[in-house]
Amino acid sequence: MGNVYLDNNATTPVLPEVLEAMYPYYGEQFGNASSIHHRGQETRAAVERGREAVARLLGAKPSEIVFTSGGTEADNLAIFGLARPGDHIISSRIEHHAVLNSCRQLEERGVQLTYLAVDAHGRIDPDDVRRALRNSTRLVTIMLANNETGVIQPVEEIGKICREANVYFHTDAVQAAGKIPLRVQEIGCDLLSISGHKINAPQGVGALYVRKGTPLSPILFGGSHERSRRAGTENVPGIVGLGKAAELAMKDLGKNGSAHLGALRDQLEHAILEKVDLAGANGRGAPRVPNTTNLYFDYVEGEALVIALDLKGLSVSTGAACSSGAIEPSHVLTAMGLPPERARASIRFSLGKQNTDADVAFAAELVPRLVERLRELSPLYSQQAALHPSRLA
Amino acid sequence: MIELRRSSEWQNRMTKSMTIAVAMSGGVDSSTVAAMLHATGAKVIGLTMQLWNQRRLAGRPGMAETVAGRCCSLDDVYDARRVAETIGIPYYVVNHEARFERDVVRPFVEEYVSGRTPIPCSLCNNHLKFDQLLGVARQIGADAVATGHYARVEQDLESGRWLLKRPADRAKDQTYFLFGLTQQQLSRSLFPLGDMTKAEVRALARGHGLALAEKPDSQEICFVPGGEYKNFLAAYLAEQGEAFPDTAGELVTADGNVLGSHGGIHNFTVGQRKGLGVSTGSPLYVIKINGETRQVVVGPENKLYSGRLVARRVNLIAVEDLDCPMRVGVKIRHRHEPAPATIEKIAKDEVLVCFDDPQRAVTPGQAAVFYDGEVVVGGGWISAS
Repeated sequence: MGNVYLDNNATTPVLPEVLEAMYPYYGEQFGNASSIHHRGQETRAAVERGREAVARLLGAKPSEIVFTSGGTEADNLAIFGLARPGDHIISSRIEHHAVLNSCRQLEERGVQLTYLAVDAHGRIDPDDVRRALRNSTRLVTIMLANNETGVIQPVEEIGKICREANVYFHTDAVQAAGKIPLRVQEIGCDLLSISGHKINAPQGVGALYVRKGTPLSPILFGGSHERSRRAGTENVPGIVGLGKAAELAMKDLGKNGSAHLGALRDQLEHAILEKVDLAGANGRGAPRVPNTTNLYFDYVEGEALVIALDLKGLSVSTGAACSSGAIEPSHVLTAMGLPPERARASIRFSLGKQNTDADVAFAAELVPRLVERLRELSPLYSQQAALHPSRLA
Repeated sequence: MIELRRSSEWQNRMTKSMTIAVAMSGGVDSSTVAAMLHATGAKVIGLTMQLWNQRRLAGRPGMAETVAGRCCSLDDVYDARRVAETIGIPYYVVNHEARFERDVVRPFVEEYVSGRTPIPCSLCNNHLKFDQLLGVARQIGADAVATGHYARVEQDLESGRWLLKRPADRAKDQTYFLFGLTQQQLSRSLFPLGDMTKAEVRALARGHGLALAEKPDSQEICFVPGGEYKNFLAAYLAEQGEAFPDTAGELVTADGNVLGSHGGIHNFTVGQRKGLGVSTGSPLYVIKINGETRQVVVGPENKLYSGRLVARRVNLIAVEDLDCPMRVGVKIRHRHEPAPATIEKIAKDEVLVCFDDPQRAVTPGQAAVFYDGEVVVGGGWISAS
């Protein structure tokens, strides 16, 4: 079995340099960052170095970075930390479940929600944000890059609208961090979430940028950690790892590493679409992060294709998994107006730093072969082939 | 570990180069099948079908606040996943909720509100396990699907037809729920438990070190928590924004005497004695439910017996067609010994069953399955006429 991993939007491997930086903090460098003694002080220093590195990645001040247990907690903190009963929040239909389900929970608690639609390319129209504003609007929460399609939202225009309307703006940048340059001032956001394990740091650590002066209430109560914005002893090795990964991501973006990733992605997309007809890329008409492509193969069950590919050694994914591990129809592709059959026929390839030309070649050979096999077994495809032989030739 | 007593038909059909998908429910039977097949050296892939989201109806009137039913419960998926890890096979959960709702849940609800008593397990076998799942299995490179059903499949070398036969453990016989399988489906199905008793299966599960060897059997309809089907009907229709159809009407005798009224035909099933809401000198039973007039016909026990029935949407397995009347045993519910009868084709996919002795409580919506000794000849759905 081959072993090619093209599911980096799900999680990424921890880079060796990151692991190396973390390692001492599990051993001789142990300490509680809140302690008075020298062990505590050294641990505190490591946490603050991590904070500075994350701040540099985002163009923020270190004091504006709050470490969390991950992207989900960062999203929850931003949303629950600002919303009050009676407020109005604007979000979108294509958000990650960390945002979507937080918003749905708030609806149960007396908060009004507007979920904006997207166009066929998966983009939100900033004018829709403007039109949805009310006197009671407290927060706009729109993601930066979509996890399924990689489509980048016009966050700078949305940020401008929010500033003019004096409304807080949160963006979930979990899938954008490390892939495109991020400057919180240019985005104009008040809150921005990132996750460690999407940028080659470990799972279980993330951060929320909180612009100075944002009246954020905590959602966890306890000690006065993180300037009383997030109680709980810091995940020191995780924070050190996130800091190191942020530093490496900065370096990589500086060397135009994303162009390399983009070239690999385009190569994969072209190679597959050249060999397979009745197929295409969802969201290709919009700007996308360079590592992601979401391809549909009509007359194919994406779920079966993902399993068949896994059994041949290629890890990719489709939609979001529900609690049992089964695939749910993608709310993102459905919101883009894809008919249900095409949404089910779509799978996501997401590349990472470790991927090579050989990985792309492996996928470009395997995917068309399995798509063909699945179509041969599809009664619907056989019917279409009989009716329109020229179209399916 | 116990050895199988005899070389089984399913083993003859298997080759080392075969890839087999096992439909894993998280129960003892299908888990043991996965372990057995893996032990033969075959390439085995575990698949669990996600069919119904128990959270959907939780908290509605009559339904528990928390997830209560068995079907696709997280516990069962967890158990199946643990078994796959223990024996070391790839394992996936596949989502067939939409098809299950369309082909099993919807018909289940519609049958009840029309005054029939449905058996969703047969629909699930026909439309999900041996259709959708077999399709997925083929697509991911498997040659066949194995399940934990107690039944046997054999090819009749003379006719070339695939035969469905009763299992060694008669108490666990599930052929009644499998009568709808087509030749193609049977040719790609393996029932490795067909030669074993339940006790042997549990022993084998223990031998393979499966933690769930003592897990109790499930009996109820998997998506209806606690068997409370009336609550399920109400909760499902409310969720769909549909009014519960008003099927209240009269309780009448066979000669048309009105004895009283009832709150809805879905509350009754043929043969039912309790809860009729009327009392006369002698015990009364539901004889017939008329969906159109909403009348529930009641009468003394002797009126419950009928000598014939019409089976519709018939599927034939052992024979290609019924050219002439045939002597068979006919089973009219899961817990029923096949009763001697003659079957005769009266229209396309329609068979008239004439019993030697009248049978008690022939119930529209249930299946009539025809047996020639061990062999399932075919079966159909008992019609209301």
